[in-house]
Parts: sequence; C-alpha cells; structure tokens
Amino acid sequence: MSTIVDTRTTASRIAGVCAVLLLAAAIVAPVFVGRGVIQDLFFILTMLTLAQFWNLLAGYGGLVSVGQHAFVGIGAYTLFGAGLLLGLDPVAALLLCGVVAVVIAVPTAFFAFRLQGAYFAIGTWVVAEVVRLSVAQWQALGGGSGTSLPPTARDFAGTAWVARVLDVRDAAARDIVTYWLALALAVATCAGVYALLRSKRGLALAAVRDNVAAAQAVGVDAQRMKWLVFLIAAFGTGIAGGLIYLQKGRISPDAAFSVTDWTAFVIFIVVIGGIGTIEGPIIGVLVFFALQSLLADYGSTYLIVLGALGVVIMLFAPRGLWGLFAARTGIHLFPVRRRLRRTVPRNTQPPGETHG
Amino acid sequence: MSILSLHNVSRSFGALKVTDDVSFDVPTGQALGIIGPNGAGKSTLFNLITGNLSVDRGTITFDGADVTRTSAMHRCLNGMGRSFQIPQPFGSLTVFENLIVAATHGRGLRERDVADDCADILERTELIDRANDPASSLSLLQRKRLELARAMATQPKLLLLDEIAGGLTEGECRALIQTIRQIHASGVTIIWIEHVLHALNAVVERLLVLDFGRVIGIGDPATIMASREVREIYLGIEV
Ligand SMILES: Nc1ncnc2c1ncn2[C@@H]1O[C@H](COP(=O)(O)OP(=O)(O)OP(=O)(O)O)[C@@H](O)[C@H]1O
Ligand SMILES: [Mg+2]
Repeated sequence: MSTIVDTRTTASRIAGVCAVLLLAAAIVAPVFVGRGVIQDLFFILTMLTLAQFWNLLAGYGGLVSVGQHAFVGIGAYTLFGAGLLLGLDPVAALLLCGVVAVVIAVPTAFFAFRLQGAYFAIGTWVVAEVVRLSVAQWQALGGGSGTSLPPTARDFAGTAWVARVLDVRDAAARDIVTYWLALALAVATCAGVYALLRSKRGLALAAVRDNVAAAQAVGVDAQRMKWLVFLIAAFGTGIAGGLIYLQKGRISPDAAFSVTDWTAFVIFIVVIGGIGTIEGPIIGVLVFFALQSLLADYGSTYLIVLGALGVVIMLFAPRGLWGLFAARTGIHLFPVRRRLRRTVPRNTQPPGETHG
Repeated sequence: MSILSLHNVSRSFGALKVTDDVSFDVPTGQALGIIGPNGAGKSTLFNLITGNLSVDRGTITFDGADVTRTSAMHRCLNGMGRSFQIPQPFGSLTVFENLIVAATHGRGLRERDVADDCADILERTELIDRANDPASSLSLLQRKRLELARAMATQPKLLLLDEIAGGLTEGECRALIQTIRQIHASGVTIIWIEHVLHALNAVVERLLVLDFGRVIGIGDPATIMASREVREIYLGIEV
C-alpha cells in the first residue's frame, strides 16, 4: 500500500514549459525590441509584483490593506537615501529597501492587527499617510518637492557592460538593467508565493481564512500566519518600490506614496484578474496595461472607466476574469490542490501473501 | 494519574451562569461520557477545556501542566483534539487537505510524513471516497465524520467529541462505536458528549451529568442512570 499525493495537472505541466520558454524570450528581449517596449514591460512586471503581494495579503491572508503604498514609498526613499547619502550602489541597495520596509512593517502590524475588517484597512492607510508626511520633512532628500538621482549614482552595476555589449546609450542600458531586475523580481515573487501556497503554511492560510477557531483547534498558529504574510508582503513591496524609482530616477513624496498608483491600481489589477489565485494578477495586469494604453489620453475618463469596470467585475464575477475562466474550464495553471491517490486499497493483500 | 482536572471552573454569559463551579478529574485512558439536557452547558464546558472560551474562575490542568490561560492552539499542540458540535470544516480545502492541515500543524510534521496516516483515518471514518472533494460539498453526516477524522489527525492524547452520533442509521452507529472503541483501545482518553445514550453506554466507563451548568452526578454509568435526579431530568427522553 502506498499513498501518492499529487498537485500537478496536465495544464500545469504545459504551463510550466510555456513559462520557461516565455522567461527565456523575456531575458533576450532587450536584444530585439526597442526602449519603449522595455519600459512598458518594466511597468507590467513591477505592477505584477505589487499585485502578487497584495493578493497574498488580501486574497490568502485576509488582510485587506489599503496602505501598501507606504512600503513602495519607503522602498523608494531607502534607495535614494542609500544612493545619495551613503553612496551605495543602487542595485545593492535594493535588498536594503526590503529590509527597511520590514522594519517599518513591524510597528505597523502591532498597530493594525488590533483593528478588524474595515478598521484594519483604514489603519494601514493612516500609517501610510503618517510615513509620507514624515518623509516630506526629510530635507536631505528634497523635502516635499523631492529630488533626482545624480548622474554618478545612475551608473549602477551592469549598465556600462550592457551599453557596450548591446551597443546602446547609457539611458537605454539603465532601462535594460532595471528591466532584468524587474523580471527577476516578478518571477521570484510568483514562484515564491506559489511555493508558499503549496506548502503546509499555504494550507494553514486557507484554514485560517475558512475558520479561525477550527484552525486554532488543530494547532494552526493563526497570529503567526498573519505576521508572516504581512512581513513578506512588506519586504517584496519595498524592493519593488526601490526598483520602480531606480528606473524613474526622480522621486517626490506625493508620487512615491501615491495611493492611486501603488494601491488603488494594484487592487484593481487583483480584483479584475481574480483574487486568491496566482493567475489572477497576471491576467489583471495585462488587462490593466491594455486599458491604460487605450485610454491614457482621456485623463479622468480613464479613471471612471477603470472604476466602473472594477464594480461590474465585483458584481458579476467576484472571482475575477481568471475565476470565471477556471470555473468554466477547470483549468489551473498553478494548482495547489493536493490529490490523494492510493495504489493498493487498504485491507487488500497482494496475491501470494495470503497463505504464507 | 489524571490527564485532565478541572477545579471550581465557572463561566457566565452576562447574567447567565453557564458553567457553575465545575470540578472533576479524568484519569488517563478513561472514556468519560457527558450527558445533560439541551442548554445545560455541555458544549460550553468543552470550549473551556479546549481554550476556545476563557474561564471566569477556576483552573484547568492538562497532562501535568496548568493550561487555564493557554491558547486553544497550544492546548492542541499539547495533545487535545476536539470535534465541534456544529461542524466547522475548512470549506475551501478538500477533505484530505482538512486532515493534512490538522496533522502537519497539530503534530509539527512535514506533509509527506503524515499523508499515509491521513489516508488511513479517511478509510476508518469512511470518507476515503470523498478525499478529493471540497469539504464544503459534504452532507451534514459526512461533515460530522470529518470533525472526528480531523481531530484524530492531530493524534491527540485527549479526544473531546461533541454529539457526533445523532442522525445515524443503526449500521452507521455501530461502525462509529467501533471506531471510537479502537481509538480508546489505542490509549487515547476520551470525553464524549452524546444524546444517543445507547451509543454512549457502549463506549464509556464513567458518566457525568450536567444540569444548569452544575455537575449533578458523576460515576459508574449504570448507577448514574438509575439515580432519581437523572431519571427526572431524562423523563420522556429515550434511555
Ligand atoms: N457565546 C455565547 N454567548 C451567550 N450565551 C451562550 C453562548 N454560548 C452558549 N450560550 C448559552 O449557554 C447555554 C449553554 O449552551 P451550551 O451550548 O453549552 O449547551 P449544551 O449543553 O451544549 O446544549 P445542546 O445539548 O443543545 O448542545 C445556552 O443557554 C446557550 O444559549
Ligand atoms: Mg452542545
């Protein structure tokens, strides 16, 4: 008798192969496509990263934060601070962005975890505002009006090499390096979140979401799961924030702590794509990018369309576009469900052993 | 040696005293039944023992340690397993995953080390055919079985069962009694709240009667059932 537990499906195997091919294509893309496309891809990848972390928080951890822009801004300012004040190479400083975000996330969690539901959401927003106002006082980094990365801090690791090998100008080389970093971050994020969900901690997250009292009664540390998810999300969001502003090269408190850009849009992406799935944010970010490209010239009309679409999806397809698709087809590209198969049923002795 | 001791435990909801100065010991390895009319405070007593509710007064000792202020999670890790009277499945997980989460977290083991045990438990509780279905798709009876199965998966020293025999057919009830006897025979201490008295009497060695939150009798089942106080409470209820 043996027990086999399997999570993979045919669809997930095909998806795995496609993902590897896609990744290979994405790595060599800078050789073939222009700077504009690279910048668009950078935007898509960083938004995907932010969306995947918000999805982890809200979709899996039940922590509906509307203050994640705090960690984008903290990451951005850490990067600039490390570059301008400490003279660190910005690429090396990216890790520091995540660490500082976690350091700020700890007291935030102590405060916000005391709040329930809508109060938790509002609490995280309040924290983000407080951090933004504090950073605006930081005169060394330009106070309320912000600052730029000086030319010296812009020649970060790899730029010179890329400029030489691909024969492009320095500005384009910087975009290519940040694009590769964004690619690595997005892939690591999707893979990391998927690995977490497939582990026993992923099961615990689902159990806590379904029924806290029952989860605790079987030994799940619900509080620890909340902390784990909140700190992981802060870490990743901080790194993404640092990377986004490394590429922009210019920072201000209003932009780096923008609730619209780094929280509202991110929530939109997750909601239209499908909350609580890994596929959802991927679909969502593509739809979001398409809408933005189509409607960017219409100013506020664009925001109204986004809002209206978000509401329609929430009403008629609460599990998002991917949820709709998965329910119809049964296809999961990132399956987490464990399937039990037993090769020999219990109490059935193999032939030949019965009269031993 | 007692695995569980309650000393003067009380709990009120507002003005309603639901657990009133309850004290008793459960020797290791015993099967104790708890009976009492609806609303007597039986489930509340379970919630106090497992830590889902906190006591107002009194102390609870489990396996040699004072657990009065210990969280439900830690009491599980220390060896308490329970079923809920109103089933509380993890609806988005499959039946098998419900057991996996209990076994991995309750016992602190890795998934691959518990998969066999979980599959065995599903067979013993006759849920193996539903192993890969979402728990939300189970019928009420199957959900009750899942409560038992999930508690078993944490491999408890003390198993607390809250009304799991109601609504079963004759054959199903016999199978359930068989399963609980097996668990008991393997050395697990059992406390079982049950209105189906013939099922309870087939398993327990000792009976506790609760009424209005107070212990009005504890001891040998036959003697308890014969006492006047219990007969009065149970007048009109099948014995
Ligand atoms: N959380 C609560 N808040 C207020 N009152 C409660 C709460 N839980 C239980 N009660 C009340 O406490 C009393 C005892 O409830 P409990 O569920 O412990 O009874 P029980 O003996 O398990 O009954 P049953 O046989 O119907 O399951 C009831 O009157 C119930 O209404
Ligand atoms: Mg009850």
